[in-house]
Amino acid sequence: MKTVFTRTPTLKDCLTHYCPGCGHSIAHRLIAETIDELDIRGRTIGIAPVGCAVLAYNYLDVDMIEVAHGRAPAVATGMKRTNPDKIIFSYQGDGDLAAIGTGEIIHAAHRGEQITVIFINNAVFGMTGGQMAPTTVLGQTTATTQQGRDAANEGYPLQVSELLALLPGAIYVERCALSGPAQIQKAKKAIKHAFELQISGAQGLSLVELLSTCPTYWRLSPVKAMEWIENEMTKVFPLGKLKDESQRPRISV
Amino acid sequence: MSERILMCGNEALAEAAIIAGCDAYFGYPITPQNEITAYMSKRMPEEGRVFVQSESELAAINMVFGASATGKRTMTSSSSPGISLMQEGISYLAGAELPSVIVNVMRGGPGLGNIAPSQGDYFQATRGGGHGDYRTIALGPSTVQELVDCMPLAFDLADQYRIPVVVLADGILGQMMEPIVFNKKPRRSLPPKDWALTGAKGREQNIVRSLWLPEGSLEKHNYKLQAKYQQVQKNEVLCEQYEVDDAEIIVIAYGVAARIVRSAVKKARQEGIKAGWIRPITLWPFPTMQIAKAADELSIFLVVEMSMGQMVEDVKLAVAGKVPVVFYGRAGGGVPSVDQVLEKIKQLTIPVKKQ
Repeated sequence: MKTVFTRTPTLKDCLTHYCPGCGHSIAHRLIAETIDELDIRGRTIGIAPVGCAVLAYNYLDVDMIEVAHGRAPAVATGMKRTNPDKIIFSYQGDGDLAAIGTGEIIHAAHRGEQITVIFINNAVFGMTGGQMAPTTVLGQTTATTQQGRDAANEGYPLQVSELLALLPGAIYVERCALSGPAQIQKAKKAIKHAFELQISGAQGLSLVELLSTCPTYWRLSPVKAMEWIENEMTKVFPLGKLKDESQRPRISV
Repeated sequence: MSERILMCGNEALAEAAIIAGCDAYFGYPITPQNEITAYMSKRMPEEGRVFVQSESELAAINMVFGASATGKRTMTSSSSPGISLMQEGISYLAGAELPSVIVNVMRGGPGLGNIAPSQGDYFQATRGGGHGDYRTIALGPSTVQELVDCMPLAFDLADQYRIPVVVLADGILGQMMEPIVFNKKPRRSLPPKDWALTGAKGREQNIVRSLWLPEGSLEKHNYKLQAKYQQVQKNEVLCEQYEVDDAEIIVIAYGVAARIVRSAVKKARQEGIKAGWIRPITLWPFPTMQIAKAADELSIFLVVEMSMGQMVEDVKLAVAGKVPVVFYGRAGGGVPSVDQVLEKIKQLTIPVKKQ
């Protein structure tokens, strides 16, 4: 029989703690496939966030560290500056990157740190029980916006990728969605491009935002959750390349 | 560099860190330690090493966290309010058992306080400072030379015990210039950093973490940390004692306050008062045994601090009620004078002589 699909070696052969239909598992697989295809397992260091993906090192078979909430870009800075030959990636959720860690991601991008950031946006805090995230869309009900997010009280959804794309130190920013096979293929391509940029020594930060499902706290079935990304989330968070300056010449003063 | 040169404490400790093999420095400006950051920004690149001015102390300590996790020698420096911001990171460093050196050039507090010298962060440095059951080694040098000598020691202790080490200086020590010699003493024999994140080439993955979820696993981890702390307490206490054997009164002070005490005790001796001093150099581990032993043989202790009384609690714990422990201190930038300390020594000893 012809094998059409196998588990990539860097993705561990184990059960995950993620809920059925959760996007994290897909994102993990895409990263693991990228690491194997680029043959960089032996020089990659991953950074797990605080949030549902805190145990990412149980699933990704690379050297990994788990860090304080939101601080991954600072930790990545410390790693990459002292180990320019290593490939450093952080994996952060919307609470981690867009709420408590806003300062760290903006300044890591601002300094042009040569790291790769995978930003999982599922519009809700998963691990703590479904509270509002900065990326929660207007009208969305969460544990802390029980009548739906109201701009008058909670502000508007934060478009961090658009914000980061403004900074000269960010060389590649793309938003993709884990909402179906076609979109997942695009996400894979984006993740691979982000890692390739770092491998090539490109002078800046690469970030891929992944709109991702949280069926549990969206109170939707896994299939409906994927549809919700397509129908609702992409209205607020449009897909596509926000910036790609991979050909930018090296700057030296 | 082995000749005698004149340097201010902040720059001297920075150069000593470079000589000690510090691979990376991360820091955010704050007075009165800005000379460290400025010096490192020039010298680290000259040595082909890493300097990053971070956007905050939160970021600085987490850059340290990242660099340390890859096995590099790394440090940060700050002053009191900035060290408060780093406490989250220090707790994580302790939990994840990452070696690191944190210099605190203390200033007056609480809050924004002022930029004058102080010893108000003793509790924070010796009790852990952040959340959870942990300790950091805390060194309290009293001269610029000692500050220089304690930098290689701090890096070695950090690597040997996989522990954050706090160097507790203050605004006076950081700013004052004194003649120093950079001694290149032989280093300790240190364990290999086989836990470091270097890329899992040809081996299983390494994981650096402070999260222990399965039932009982965090308790086990805490016992492991405590066993390590007991080793530190057993092996690494440093203190200086002067004229303790026949003393009727022993004055205890550390850091810059100890320099004032030294002058006061010498004056007291000239006036026929049997005074001595004990100066803790490691604030944690604290010289509990040395003080307890002295408490068996004399009548009173005086503790002098540039705070409202913090180390005095450790002295009282060591003395365990055997003899009185009297405190004299000034805070918020106030520095005790030699005459004030001498006056206190006289007040405490003359009534004893009359008996």
